[in-house]
Amino acid sequence: MSISILKYVFFDLLRSRFIITYGIMLALISLGVAYFSNDEMKTSLTLLNIILFIIPLVCLIFGSIHFYDSGEFIEFLLTQPVSRNTVFRAEYLGLTLALSVAAIAGLIPAIILNGITVSALFLTIISVAMTFIFTGLAFLSSTINTEKVRGIGLSIVLWLFLAIIFDLIIVLLIILFRDYPLENLIIIFTSLNPIDLGRILLLLKTDASAMMGFTGASFKLFFGSTTGIVVSSLAMFLWILIPYFLAIRIFRKKNF
Amino acid sequence: MIEIVNLHKAFGKTLALNGANLICKEGCVSALMGPNGSGKSTLMKSILGLVIPDSGTITIDDEKISNGFEYRHKIGYMPQAVNYPHNLKVIELFEILKKLRTNDTDEELISEFKINEIYEKKFGQLSGGMKQRVSAAIAFLFKPQILILDEPTASLDPLSAEVMKAKIRKSKEEGCNIIISSHHVSEVDEMADRIAFMLEGKIVIDRMIKEIKNGSGNIRLGKVIAEMLNTN
Repeated sequence: MSISILKYVFFDLLRSRFIITYGIMLALISLGVAYFSNDEMKTSLTLLNIILFIIPLVCLIFGSIHFYDSGEFIEFLLTQPVSRNTVFRAEYLGLTLALSVAAIAGLIPAIILNGITVSALFLTIISVAMTFIFTGLAFLSSTINTEKVRGIGLSIVLWLFLAIIFDLIIVLLIILFRDYPLENLIIIFTSLNPIDLGRILLLLKTDASAMMGFTGASFKLFFGSTTGIVVSSLAMFLWILIPYFLAIRIFRKKNF
Repeated sequence: MIEIVNLHKAFGKTLALNGANLICKEGCVSALMGPNGSGKSTLMKSILGLVIPDSGTITIDDEKISNGFEYRHKIGYMPQAVNYPHNLKVIELFEILKKLRTNDTDEELISEFKINEIYEKKFGQLSGGMKQRVSAAIAFLFKPQILILDEPTASLDPLSAEVMKAKIRKSKEEGCNIIISSHHVSEVDEMADRIAFMLEGKIVIDRMIKEIKNGSGNIRLGKVIAEMLNTN
């Protein structure tokens, strides 16, 4: 692992206008939500919905743009005695750490106003996990496509699918098969979408799960159990690892 | 010694290398020439490990390069043009490279290429020529055994171009194995010992310049190459 490349990528991104604006924007949102909602649970839930919308979008699009813009420098680094794995890892970690710092900094105002609670801690963990997952997906779509426009296009499609279309499919399934017991199937489906997984994990840490009815009860039964927590944490972890390893595999064989 | 045997590479339906063979020895400047799209860059990038050939082998000092990267300690590379990150300072780039490479450095060339004047500047503040001076200095900085220079004098000012030519001559005398790519016959005539002319992914002429000139009795290298291509 080359710390010098990682350090450069991380600090270069941390002082970039985009990352600073992203951190400030999240901080203003969390400050506004915490100030006006006046309730810790409401703040967490509102912030969760905003974060699960913004973080995947920012990580996917900015991740792709960063990968393509760094293309010539990556190519230059690869002419030095350094492995492709090292360069890829440094780029990925540099970007995810910089985006995570901005996301955590953005949540600080809400934490200051509401105090350090279990849901605030979960919100922070989920934000960082989302950053790692969606930056990995951005790098995957960028290594698959040599053309910048196609890579960014694929990132947008991925975001649309996971943030919007996936939920529509689940709603459609529930409506079409309302007479059948779908709870277990929905639990499996939920694990296939990191955004839904993050949402449910936090919801179950708040009292809001009581309002989710029968589906919520079966979610609580599964995700609230030790097995459920282990399975969902493993699913989150796989969502980080799989795109990362697929992307690095393609990157190792890429022609520059 | 660099030995390239039967190298093939296709990008989709385009055949970039079609059985290229080349041997480059120490203390010799080999010039890769040929029209655009003939495979010069692909061949150079294959040696650097940037392009992964479909078949064929590249060996450096009797070791196949395959998927390795350690061998690049021996190589100094100057690309035709590179877009360094705008916020990166020249000194920061040198620091990163010094951490990646363990070789001794030739600090003299920092002043020879007037890098000390721009050391603290960000790449975003530098002109194209200044960036090329940095690339040139990086290629020679770690006293490499092999130099790969893509159009080495193309974007350099006349003074830096002369420094570059002098460095190439000095490195050659020290036993460095040098490969340059160029479109300028006069430049090749001035710097190189040997020409490898590429067409459609193959090396069609591979001769020492002295031999070419003596054999034809013609001193204009460009004309001789053209005649050889016509007879081929």
